Amino acid sequence: MIAGRENRKEPSLGALVLAQGGDFVPPGVGDFFLPPIVGGVTKPMVLVVLSVVIVAAFFLIASRNLKVVPGKLQYAAESVYDFGRNNIARDQIGSADFRPFVPLILALFTFILVNNLFGIIPLIQFPTFSHIGFPLALSLLVVYPVYHIAGFRRHGFTGYLKNQLFPAGAPKPIYLLLTPIEFFQKFVMNPITLAIRVFAAMFAGHLILLVFTLAGSYLLLEASAVLKPVSLISWAFAILMTFVEALIQVIQAYVFAVLSAGYIGMALAEDH
Amino acid sequence: MLMTYVLAAEEEHNPVLPLPSEIALGLVAFGILLFILWKYVVPRFEKLYEERAEKIEGGIEKAEKAQAEAEQARQQFNAQLAEARTEAAKIRDDARLEAERIRDELRAEAEAEAARIVANGEAQLQAQKAQIIAELRSELGRNSVELASRIVGESLEDEARRKGTVDRFIAELDTTGARN
Repeated sequence: MIAGRENRKEPSLGALVLAQGGDFVPPGVGDFFLPPIVGGVTKPMVLVVLSVVIVAAFFLIASRNLKVVPGKLQYAAESVYDFGRNNIARDQIGSADFRPFVPLILALFTFILVNNLFGIIPLIQFPTFSHIGFPLALSLLVVYPVYHIAGFRRHGFTGYLKNQLFPAGAPKPIYLLLTPIEFFQKFVMNPITLAIRVFAAMFAGHLILLVFTLAGSYLLLEASAVLKPVSLISWAFAILMTFVEALIQVIQAYVFAVLSAGYIGMALAEDH
Repeated sequence: MLMTYVLAAEEEHNPVLPLPSEIALGLVAFGILLFILWKYVVPRFEKLYEERAEKIEGGIEKAEKAQAEAEQARQQFNAQLAEARTEAAKIRDDARLEAERIRDELRAEAEAEAARIVANGEAQLQAQKAQIIAELRSELGRNSVELASRIVGESLEDEARRKGTVDRFIAELDTTGARN
């Protein structure tokens, strides 16, 4: 992180001099776009691949020899699987149709969870989903087509559109207002809000951690002797915020999976 | 200070705009993970769930079957018990009838025997009586004649006379005997 910051300022000799001169440079967008490690490969790219390896290895090893009475590792894997399957997929989609979507919901939940938790894991400390490209890939190119295709398959083309755009039970003139809103929400905004929600939370969270951590080191190294102890307060806040971040990261992964399952459930439902 | 911001703004990427490379990588990475979960992990867990459900259902089914079997055995036992009871009652009744029959038979037999013994005794008595009467009669005749001949002093040799006297005496005796 620190190295990255120095790298970022490398092209500007003036900035480097200024930083050495003792001015506090607040962390910014630049801290999220560090130069590539090798060639075109950046840190988030490596982390995304790592997350796939971690999740796949965890589930493959834990499910290698499943027993009716589970061991410790199997119990852990089963808890995660059970959570994705029953608490998210089945609750949102309904017990009649949820089975085909279990792999998708489970993959979404675990993939986002691990990538988010990268934000507070020592040495890694970067939430991959603070780069909007990753959540957007999932929401726009995976979840969005999946729920619309599921809906079209279930109700037919016009049936699905009628179901989605003309919710039953409203007085006729209301549809003038309701239908454009429903269309805008379901066909335009849903995938975007889905991606932005997790992106923004991760971006902001990482920024807050950066502010407290960098401020702490700045206060310790550059401030006058009277202010140096304040760095401890700053770091204490950084630690506190790390715990808050852990909570937010889990919640965001859960929310993404729940909303995805919810969209699928709404697309499949007869009326809502 | 101002220069840094300007420089930074120039080289900084707008965080709201996605990088195409990241969209592509995210999609591929997620696709691989999804494939692994869909192809290997989920089927394994689903199979486990099924096995577990089967085991539980199998256990319940087995228990139900055992219960039904026990119920059947109980009913069979009850039926047998009832059958045995009626049979025992029947046997008891039969035995009672038999005993009554045997008792009646024995009584009849004993009665017949008693009657026979009584009849026998009577016959014997009659025979003895007859014999004794005959004996007495002849002896009495002789004794009377002897006594009479002694008293009278004359021999009642006359056959006809003697016979008549004796007969008369006996007839008298008979009438007194009958009166008594």
